[in-house]
Amino acid sequence: MDFKEWEGFSNGDWKSEINVRDFIQRNYTPYEGDSSFLTKPTEKTQKLWNQVLELYKKEKESVGGVLDIDTKTVSTVSSHDAGYIDKNLEEIVGLQTDSPLKRAIMPFGGIRIVEKSCEAYGRQVDPDIDEIFHKYRKTHNDGVFSVYTPDIRAARSSHLITGLPDGYGRGRIIGDYRRIALYGIDVLIEEKKKELDVLNVDELTEEIIRSREEISEQISALNELKVMASKYGFDISRPAKNGKEAVQWLYFGYLGAIKDQNGAAMSLGRTSTFLDIYFERDLKNGTLTEENAQEIMDHFVMKLRLVRFLRTPEYNELFSGDPVWVTESIGGMGIDGRTLVTKNSFRMLHTLVNLGPAPEPNLTVLWSTKLPNGFKRFVTDLSIKTSSIQYENDDLMRITLGDDYGIACCVSPMKIGKQMQFFGARANLAKTLLYAINGGRDEISGKQITPKYSPITSEYLDYDEVMEKFEQMMDYVSKIYIKALNAIHYMHDKYSYEAIEMALHDREIIRTMACGIAGLSVVADSLSAIKFAKVKVIRDETGLAVDYEIEGDFPKFGNDDDRVDQIAVYVVKTFMNKLRRHHTYRNSKHTLSILTITSNVVYGKATGNTPDGRKAGAPFGPGANPLHGRDKNGALAVMNSVAKLPFDSAEDGISYTFSITPGTLGKTDEERINNLVSMLDGYFSQTGHHINVNVFDRSLLEDAMEHPEKYPQLTIRVSGYAVNFTKLTREQQLDVINRTIHEKI
Amino acid sequence: MKKEELDLKYYAKVHSIESFGTVDGPGIRFVIFLQGCSLKCKYCHNRDTWDINGGEYKSLDAIFNKIMNYKNYIYPNGGVTVTGGEPLLQVYFLIELFTKLKNKGIHTCIDTSGMVKLTSDIKHLLSLTDLVLLDIKHIDSKKCKDLVGFSNEMELEFARYLSENNIPIWIRQVIIPGITNDKQDLLKLKDFIDSLKTVERVELLPYHSMGKYKWDNLGLKYELEGIPDATDKDINKAKEILGLS
Repeated sequence: MDFKEWEGFSNGDWKSEINVRDFIQRNYTPYEGDSSFLTKPTEKTQKLWNQVLELYKKEKESVGGVLDIDTKTVSTVSSHDAGYIDKNLEEIVGLQTDSPLKRAIMPFGGIRIVEKSCEAYGRQVDPDIDEIFHKYRKTHNDGVFSVYTPDIRAARSSHLITGLPDGYGRGRIIGDYRRIALYGIDVLIEEKKKELDVLNVDELTEEIIRSREEISEQISALNELKVMASKYGFDISRPAKNGKEAVQWLYFGYLGAIKDQNGAAMSLGRTSTFLDIYFERDLKNGTLTEENAQEIMDHFVMKLRLVRFLRTPEYNELFSGDPVWVTESIGGMGIDGRTLVTKNSFRMLHTLVNLGPAPEPNLTVLWSTKLPNGFKRFVTDLSIKTSSIQYENDDLMRITLGDDYGIACCVSPMKIGKQMQFFGARANLAKTLLYAINGGRDEISGKQITPKYSPITSEYLDYDEVMEKFEQMMDYVSKIYIKALNAIHYMHDKYSYEAIEMALHDREIIRTMACGIAGLSVVADSLSAIKFAKVKVIRDETGLAVDYEIEGDFPKFGNDDDRVDQIAVYVVKTFMNKLRRHHTYRNSKHTLSILTITSNVVYGKATGNTPDGRKAGAPFGPGANPLHGRDKNGALAVMNSVAKLPFDSAEDGISYTFSITPGTLGKTDEERINNLVSMLDGYFSQTGHHINVNVFDRSLLEDAMEHPEKYPQLTIRVSGYAVNFTKLTREQQLDVINRTIHEKI
Repeated sequence: MKKEELDLKYYAKVHSIESFGTVDGPGIRFVIFLQGCSLKCKYCHNRDTWDINGGEYKSLDAIFNKIMNYKNYIYPNGGVTVTGGEPLLQVYFLIELFTKLKNKGIHTCIDTSGMVKLTSDIKHLLSLTDLVLLDIKHIDSKKCKDLVGFSNEMELEFARYLSENNIPIWIRQVIIPGITNDKQDLLKLKDFIDSLKTVERVELLPYHSMGKYKWDNLGLKYELEGIPDATDKDINKAKEILGLS
C-alpha cells in the first residue's frame, strides 16, 4: 500500500498491514518540555463555544434536561442529515442528529426503554416505529428476558446483582477510530474482505457462520460510514491528508459508533499522540500554526462535549449526570522507554483551560513515574484547578497490555482494536454477606431469594462460621451472575451487534467477561468487626437477622492496617476465583472491577443494616473507597490500603476517588503541584491502579448546592468519571459532600 | 548502660502520627507528634501534648517500619518531621531514628523551640538533621518568659549554633495580635534573623484560637481568652516590617 497522503511518514509494517501502533512508534515525536507553547482559544473558538453554552442553558431549562428528541428516525450510522452548531465557525463537523443536543432513538437495544424515556420527557415515539419494534423486530431486551431463568430474575429484582446491561447498550467497546484517518475506509473494507476469505473454510461451523455474518455486517457499517461522511461533504474512502482531516476522519468513526449504539460507556481510545503525528507534519510544512492546531482540538472536544443519549430517569439515578464516558487516554510510556507524551497530549488537556472544565471527554492520564517532569507538573496543576482529570497506572498496565491500550469507561483497560469486553455491571457483595447470614433470605423483604441455605442462628456471629457460609453464598452468586451475563451478551451480539465499532477491530480479538463487585469496604469492615470485636445479631419475629450490635472496636479498611486490608484482598481473590469456575460466552476471559460509578448510593439504598454498623439504606463507599469517615489515618493510609488490592485479580480496574482541600495539599501553587506529583508517584509505586483527584473546599460544594447558577461548569470526579456537580441529584450531592474530603494535617 | 537509657533509645512517647503532612517542611511529610513539653506557651494549640506522662510508648522498629510504608510518597522530595510537644526532650530516640532514616537517604526535620541545652547528644542529633523548623517564641526575653515561661537565651543560642554548623533553618514566628507583633520587637527579630547564615525561609503563622477546646477539655483556663485571631492584615503588616515579600 502507498498513498500520497502518507508522504513524509516513515515506512514500516503499518504500510503492509493494519497496524496503528507501528505507525505511531515510527513517526511520533515525544515531547519533554513544558506547557509554554500552548495558545489561547481563537476568536472563532470563543464564538462557537458561547453558542454551545447557550445551548447548554436551554437544555438545562428543558423538561428533565432533555432539549429535544427525534422520535421519528431510528438512529443508525447514516440515519440523519448533516447537523451543525454554526457551519461557518466549525472546524470539525458532525452531530448525532440534524441538530445539536437533539437526542436520537436507538430501539435495537429495547423498544420499551425508548418509549419510557420519551414519555419521561413529554414525547411519544412515532407509531410506525413502535409497531415495527413491537410486532416485527425483536430487540436485545426482548431476547434477554426470553431466556432469563427464575433464579436470575430473583437475584436481579432483589438487587443482589444490579445494573446489568439487559435493557440498555453494554458499551465499553472502543473502536480503533485512528484506522480511518490512517488508512481510509476503502483499505479497511479490503482488509475485512480478506478476513472473510480466511473464514472460507471447509466446514461451516456455528462459530464460523457467526464470524462471517459479523464481518459482513462490519463491511456494511463501513460503507454506511462513508455515506454519513458524504452528507457533510467529505470523502473518507481515502486516508486523511493533514491534521484537520485526521481529526475529522477519526471523529466520523466515533460519531458512527454513537449514532449506532447507546452504550453505557462510549469511549474514544488513545488518540492524541496519533493525531500529533499529523500536526507535527503540518507544522513542519508550514501549513499549520500552533493556534490552528489548538483550534482544531478545541473544536473536536466541543463535539465530544455535545454527545447525548436518550436514557430513562432511573438510569440517570444509577449513573448520575448524564455521562457518556468519552474516555480519552493520554500519555504513558512506550515499551522502548520513550514517553508517549506529545504536544498534542498537552493540547487535548488544554481544552480544560480554553473551554473551561467539563466532565466530558473523560480525560484520563496514564501515569508513569517515568513521565517527563514538564507533563507531570502540567497535568497536576490542571487537576488542582479543575478537578477534571483521572489517573491510571501505566507502569502497572503496560506489563500485560503493552503501550497501545486505552481505558473504556472509567477504569477498564483494553488493547485498542485488539480487545473488547462484555460489560457485566456488578454483584452486591455486601448483600451477599447478609444472605449468607440469613440463608438466602432478603434482609429487607424477608423473601427467600436463593435456594434455602441454613442460616446462622447463634446470638453472636462466629468468624469461621460466617466465612464458611459467605463462601457458599459467593459460590451461588458467581454462578447466577455468569449465567445472566452469558444470556445478556449472547443476545446483545445477536440483536444489537456493534458493527461499526467491531469493524475497527482485528478479526481475532481478546474478549473479557468483565464482572464487578460493589460494597467491598462494607464487607471487609463487617468481617473485621466479626473477627476483632463482638457482633450480636438482632432478629425479627421470623428469625431474620435485621440488625447488628457491635461490642468493642475493630480495624477498618482504609487505615493501612493489614488485619482488615488482607480481608479485603482475600474477598477479591476468592470471588474472582469463584467466577473463573464458570463457563463464559465466547470463552471470554473472566475479569473483575472494583468500581461502582455513582451507583454506590443506589446499591446502599437497597441493602439492609450490615455487621460493620452501617445503617440500612446508607451509601456504600464508591469503588474501592473506604466507607465514609472510617479512614482516620490520613490520605496516604487510604492509598496504601487501596493499593493492596491485587490488580491481577481485578484486571478490569480498581477505582479510588480522592478529595482534598487546596490548603491541605500545600501552602502555595508550587507546593501543591510538587506534593500532588509526589503523591501520584508514591501511590502508583505502591501499585495502586486508579485515582480520581478532586481539589476543593467543602464550602464551595455547599454553596454550589444552594446557588447552582453560579457554577455552571463546576466539575468533580466521582468513581471513574466526572460529573457536572449541579446536574447531580440532591442525594448524590450530599453523598459527595459527606465523603471524606481530606483536610486533616 | 542503665535500663532507663536503653529504653529511651528504642522507645518514644508518641502523641500521634500523621501520614500526610504538607506544611511542616518541604514536600510530603510523615509527621510524628512526640509527647511532652516543658514550655508553657499560652497560645499552644496542642495543649494535650504537654504532659510528659501522657501519650503512648512506641518502639523504634514500629515507627521506622511504618515510615517505610510511606517511603514511596516521602522520598525523595519530602521526608520525616518530628514535632510535638518538644521533640528534643526525646533526643536519644531521635538519634537512633534519624540514623536509620539517613541510611535510607530520607530527609529529616525537627520542629522545635530550641529551648534546650546544647549537649553533645543534641549536637549529635543535629548532625543528622537536614532542617530545623525553629519557632522563635519571642525575641524580647522578658516578654518571652511571660508568654511561654522561659526567657529566650537558650533558643537564640540554639539558632546561632545551627547557623554556625550550616544546618538549614526555617524560622517560624506566631503572630499574636498585641503580643508578638510590636514593631520594635519585629525589627529586633529581623536583625537577629539577618545575623544567621542558614535561614532558608521565614514563616509567619497567624495565631488562631482553634486549639482552645483542648484546654477546655483538660479543664484548664485558656489565658489568651479575648485575644483576636490574627488577620491577613496583621500578617501582611508583620511581613512588611520583617522585609518579607
